[in-house]
Amino acid sequence: MHPAYSVLFFTCASGAGYGLLIWLAGLGALGLVPDGTVFNVIGLGLALALITFGLLSSTYHLGRPERAWRAFSQWRTSWLSREGVAAVATYVPAGAMGLGVLFGAQDKAWWSLAAWLSAAGALATVWCTGQIYATLKTIRAWSRPIVPPLYVVLALATGAVLLCLLLAVFGALGTVHVWLAAAFLALAWVMKAAYWTGIDSERRALTAGDATGLGRFGGVVRQVEAPHTQANYVMREMGYHVARKHAERLRQLAVLLTFLLPILGVFVALILGPPMDLVLLIVATASAVCGVLVERWLFFAEAEHVSMLYYGSKAA
Amino acid sequence: MTSLPTHTQKKLGLVIDLDTCVGCQACATSCKEWNNGGYSAPLSDEEPYGADPFGAWLNRVHTYEVSDGVGEAGVASPSRTVHFPRSCLHCETPACVTVCPTGASYKRSEDGIVLVDPETCIGCKLCSWACPYGAREYDYQHGVMKKCTLCVDRIYNETLEPEDRVPACVRACPTGARHFGDLGDPASDVSKLVAERAGYDLMPELGYRPVNKYLPPRARHHEPAAVPAPSDTTAQAGDATISDRFFSWADRLLSR
Repeated sequence: MHPAYSVLFFTCASGAGYGLLIWLAGLGALGLVPDGTVFNVIGLGLALALITFGLLSSTYHLGRPERAWRAFSQWRTSWLSREGVAAVATYVPAGAMGLGVLFGAQDKAWWSLAAWLSAAGALATVWCTGQIYATLKTIRAWSRPIVPPLYVVLALATGAVLLCLLLAVFGALGTVHVWLAAAFLALAWVMKAAYWTGIDSERRALTAGDATGLGRFGGVVRQVEAPHTQANYVMREMGYHVARKHAERLRQLAVLLTFLLPILGVFVALILGPPMDLVLLIVATASAVCGVLVERWLFFAEAEHVSMLYYGSKAA
Repeated sequence: MTSLPTHTQKKLGLVIDLDTCVGCQACATSCKEWNNGGYSAPLSDEEPYGADPFGAWLNRVHTYEVSDGVGEAGVASPSRTVHFPRSCLHCETPACVTVCPTGASYKRSEDGIVLVDPETCIGCKLCSWACPYGAREYDYQHGVMKKCTLCVDRIYNETLEPEDRVPACVRACPTGARHFGDLGDPASDVSKLVAERAGYDLMPELGYRPVNKYLPPRARHHEPAAVPAPSDTTAQAGDATISDRFFSWADRLLSR
């Protein structure tokens, strides 16, 4: 599948933003992050800026961005529509949280309620993103139950790295934050490794013989002439595929940048303490951002679409 | 609305005969011609006469080599060429419709035709990802998704002659390899054709229940054309016919 940059930026930026929002809301309600106005305003501002930047970026993927509002209507059947509804709905409690922070109302019960609703909305939005991919039976590598939880855990892991960076800026990085970030990075690593093992070992049972129904003659079906001399939309969009040996290298790079370096970074930052923790967390965050972009690019480039069987693909 | 109708009064669709299709592309070009001016027009091309032409087409004709497997004594039998037109199959449970976030993709309850409303499509392309048959093509100029309309603007068009009220591809086919009708009615000509010729669905295991059907190429027989010369023993036996004796004599003569 062709990795559209707008979709990569959207899922990575919004993912990290929703992750950060969940931590600020959840840990804020539990009193595990500082309750200072400046910290929370900057934190919420960063989370909402990332979310908004990502959502706006996703509209660049559209042929008719001015009609994007129509996408809120089909939540009964469409996960893309549900994602849009959940994303917009999450702004309401998140906005209430922000107002509560500005007016110093974090000890009020309604603030806790707004925080938990924000966290739930953010979780639901990222879950919907994962479901958009997981419900496409046409793409074997995406149609897997691990895909939605993987999107959620990656959002929580990248959000936790951002939270650590933010806390280091305010000199408030604690053991609990580092362990949370490390735990979710490690969990995401395990799940991503399981995902890769899964897509590598799955039998690709469908052939051109199945796609055309001509396999009934017992032989091999091979395209001898395409309908056109140049690549068409279907080939550009569904036929994009990364070479196997490059995919191996890129997987290693994704693991190094997304998981290994940030895990090391948060622990060393905790050990060294200020002011060196800030430097380490800037590096860890930059690494995680680059890593998750590679991971997301691979998610597309490694995914094969069943329609390519008509265009000469061996199996799907 | 992207919720699917529970029942459609008709199941209009195509039956494509792979035995008689000659791969002439008349269906593809007439489709392009009609739909560049009909419902959801334009059907844009980019640099149609340039070095790298690109455009949206709703019907594409592939050509496949189909080997009949390994014949007797392990000798591969000759393969056959099958021309394979491919367009939207107007599935009964199309995922391209249910994934649509705007309701622009819909399945008509009256005749089962799957359409895209070009006025409300946002061009997110998710429907094309959901289609296993590669039937939807995005129009970069128009910014919306394009697909076979089953010539909805022809089949009910009373300003056309009755014989023209069929999809453009069906009207254009010079070998009669394309048939149009109600596949939900077991008494219709197309349904009878499908029953007689063992018409089949493309990738039924995926569960989208295509309405369009394909008729398989006829079974082939691989009897060798060359008849071996009768042996002398056959020819000299008492029950050998006069022609056996003649060919045996000719064989001996030619073998000198």
